[in-house]
Amino acid sequence: MKKTAILIAFLFVGTFLLLAATSMRPFGEPTFADMDDYFIANTQVEVAANNTVTAVVFDYRGFDTLGEATVLFAAVVGVLALFRKLREDET
Amino acid sequence: MNSGMSIIVRTITRLVYGLALVFGFYVIMHGHLTPGGGFQGGAVVASAFALLLVAFGAAGVKGRLNHHLLQTLEEIGALAFLALGFVGIGTAFFYNLIANSGPFLGASVSIGPNAGVFNAGGTLPLMNWAVGLKVMTGIAAVVIAMLIGARKEETE
Repeated sequence: MKKTAILIAFLFVGTFLLLAATSMRPFGEPTFADMDDYFIANTQVEVAANNTVTAVVFDYRGFDTLGEATVLFAAVVGVLALFRKLREDET
Repeated sequence: MNSGMSIIVRTITRLVYGLALVFGFYVIMHGHLTPGGGFQGGAVVASAFALLLVAFGAAGVKGRLNHHLLQTLEEIGALAFLALGFVGIGTAFFYNLIANSGPFLGASVSIGPNAGVFNAGGTLPLMNWAVGLKVMTGIAAVVIAMLIGARKEETE
């Protein structure tokens, strides 16, 4: 019974993934390319940097990077707080 | 108690440690020209610290790498990144005010495929350094804290 349910679920999800894979757009032709074209055309003029990815991450989408850095900060503070608690329990 | 790993691992670590540090700082420094940037270069430098810690153990690096100092440096990096975001607050948050505007990191780049100019990019290289400092010290502090915690558990 359980194995049959797993098989049916597997076939269901597999069929949908296969259909999605066959009906994908060809590589290199995204649906909306206006933003990409803008970055490629204007990064060297506006930011004077050759690495467009860094220009997007630190300039065009800097606020997003600030959130990313905040996530890392929270993770580090959490780990340090966890192990500091352990040390206080011993003494 | 024998802390750290075998002599093979220690010797290879002595050889590779400096190269990993140099490569990590190169990735941070050239973040606006080549693939990579602050996050990636910081992770490479932190992996060098982690290699040192794993090879020599917590006792081997005790007194040389202090996780309180590393935490302070991480906070300095985070605040520097935030301050650099406020540089262009007159126009918009995270506006690149320094790019194309003078002798300090303000050189222009010719359009099209070229090798790039090192003294360009405005706030980008500064932000790369801030984020790189933050990531390398943050991950190193996490690894040190975890290693010290695991060792305490072991000795109990």
